Amino acid sequence: MARSTAPAKGRREEQERAPSARDSKSTAPGTATPTQERAPRARDSRSNDPLTGLAHARALSRERLLELYYWMRMTRVLEERLVALYRQTKVVGGLFRSLGQEADAVGSTFALERRDIMSPLIRNMGSMLVKGATPLEILRQYMAKGDSPTRGRELNIHFGDLDRGFIGQISPLGDMVPVMAGVTLSFKMRGEDRVGLVYVGDGATSTGAFHEGINFAAVNQCPLVVIVENNGYAYSTPTSRQTLAKQFVDKAIGYGIPGEQADGNDVLAVYDVTKRAVDRARAGGGVTLIELMTYRRKGHAEHDNQSYVPEGEGERWAAENDPIDRYVARLTGELGFSQAELDAVDARVRTEVDEATEVAEQSPMPEALDALVGVYADPPVMEPLWFREGGRLGTDRNERAEGWGTWNTTNDKPGATPAREAQEND
Amino acid sequence: MAEITYLEGIRQALFDEMERDRNVFVMGEDIGAYGGAFKVTEGLLDRFGEQRVIDTPISEIAIVGAAAGAAHMGMRPVVEMQFIDFIANAYDMLTNYVATARYRAFLPCPMVVRGPSGGYVRGGPFHSQNPEAGFVHTPGLKVVYPATAEDAHGLMKAAIRDDDCVLFFEHKYLYRRIKGTLPAGDHVVPLGKARIAREGTDLTIVTYASTVWKALEAAEQLEKEDGISVEVIDLRSLVPLDEDAIMTSIRKTNRALVVHEDTRTGGFAGEIIARINEQAFEWLDAPVLRVTAADIPLPYSPPLEDYVLPQTGDIVHAARHTVRY
Repeated sequence: MARSTAPAKGRREEQERAPSARDSKSTAPGTATPTQERAPRARDSRSNDPLTGLAHARALSRERLLELYYWMRMTRVLEERLVALYRQTKVVGGLFRSLGQEADAVGSTFALERRDIMSPLIRNMGSMLVKGATPLEILRQYMAKGDSPTRGRELNIHFGDLDRGFIGQISPLGDMVPVMAGVTLSFKMRGEDRVGLVYVGDGATSTGAFHEGINFAAVNQCPLVVIVENNGYAYSTPTSRQTLAKQFVDKAIGYGIPGEQADGNDVLAVYDVTKRAVDRARAGGGVTLIELMTYRRKGHAEHDNQSYVPEGEGERWAAENDPIDRYVARLTGELGFSQAELDAVDARVRTEVDEATEVAEQSPMPEALDALVGVYADPPVMEPLWFREGGRLGTDRNERAEGWGTWNTTNDKPGATPAREAQEND
Repeated sequence: MAEITYLEGIRQALFDEMERDRNVFVMGEDIGAYGGAFKVTEGLLDRFGEQRVIDTPISEIAIVGAAAGAAHMGMRPVVEMQFIDFIANAYDMLTNYVATARYRAFLPCPMVVRGPSGGYVRGGPFHSQNPEAGFVHTPGLKVVYPATAEDAHGLMKAAIRDDDCVLFFEHKYLYRRIKGTLPAGDHVVPLGKARIAREGTDLTIVTYASTVWKALEAAEQLEKEDGISVEVIDLRSLVPLDEDAIMTSIRKTNRALVVHEDTRTGGFAGEIIARINEQAFEWLDAPVLRVTAADIPLPYSPPLEDYVLPQTGDIVHAARHTVRY
């Protein structure tokens, strides 16, 4: 399933026979074709592969397998709820969907332990849910509420919690790679048994921060997994305009680290490849770059009409390669789950999202003066604007008792007289 | 106590803080085995080892970003920009990520970004800059720029112990030229407390870093030649800014001149003058003028550099003008 690029000798050989290896797995998206270049392709058919080669996924219990389904379904249903709220103008800012990428987000973070730290991207709401972010937090955050995780300071899913092990992203892409290099450097310095996972998109691989961060982490042997989610587009820009590299996983070679590529719409393949990299990092094997092949079925954000997408491309992915459909087929097929079990999960998800929505809608907006709190540890509160209520004019503090007019006509001020004499003598 | 240089004051502070707190560590380009381009970190590797004295790739974004990540986890990194001019490479990381971390995400970012700054050394356009104004504009960062050896030491300790990111500008002209004597014990100089470098009654010169020394020279000359009594305020830190020290002095002298080595347009002098205007307008007997570098990339050749940078004579000239106004 996943193509492994060994870090040590033999990498070159691996590289050379890679094309044939990829050709042999006809179901893998991402195979370069002259017309579509590096844009991921929809799979030709739905897969019912047995868990061949997925050693880690095979070890998952029934409960854990069902949990994966729960998080994917929760991601989708919660986003659908957000769309409804967005249309009611209750979402204050933009809305970012991860439709079609639920497996890539959920399956990868599922490979982490609670103590590990993950840094998501804008299409990793599923990763955050797995790490303990709640639907209520996400709804409040999107609705700019005063009791949202950032008290109304940040938008969408830009939030984190060190206790639950995720650090919120910022908008400049690639910046979280150096930050996570530092997070994992601290694990190494303190001898802690923890690893980090950071997500970037295909577009972020073009940034200086990505390059510097992954190289820094590699050189310092940081326990870090870097996942490149190749979903075909960075806003409107196709991958062919980001890089001439045949595939993003090839960039691993330049950093001297292992690289692996996997089908990002197969949640078990995603889990498996990530678990392998996480285990390697935990064992002192340093950084791994993983490229997950997936497809962004919605626009960059909800406003984006996707005019740049070839006709039928998104529909083909929806029909042929939906990650939830694929997992449901596998669960009810070879993995032996009943439809009733999945229906129960669906019902639970809907109830939870309904309940969270009700609470979030009741949440208050923040108090305006809360804007002044917490820029620094010291001072904890910034001064109010003097021209707003609660502010104080600066001159009040230095009011001159004698009133207006300061020219000292008596010339008795020390220093003033000699100066004037000096001027006259010039 | 023995006399130490400005540079040794910084180095000693790094030693002391690394001894005191295991979470303090240093990172940067050529800082370990080589001891840094100016040898500020010399001896740290021998004393503290590779785990805490980390030579990095040439990657200012990664150095600053990784410092932030480590700081989130409870470390207190002190990172070096080999020349502060290169901090521009990390501008995004500092302004977008680090500066906002506490406010937008409640992430602690106790870290120091330090580096040799400033001109008068024939360093040319990329080894002479004073980029502090580019950062005082960003809420969330603190900016320190000491003038004396004692302050270089005491402010560095305060910066390392501060719970937010402090940009610590070190003037390379002062590194080995300025000496001082540290008081006994743990010498910590709090951020945001200006120093009266010289007391006076006729004119307040507000300045920081290298131009503190130029202002003191000018004050000496003005006293001798004109009988003008000049008060010199060394700001020490620009963020936080000791407004009270400035206004208190102006209430006494009624005249002020702002001096800095940085270029003119958008330089910190404009901010100080705006605050004086807002808070002490009625106390002024003359407009507040500024002596700064010209708005020119700093040239290499001595006649050119000397023309562009503020000199003692410039301060004397401007001071006479202000006092006569």
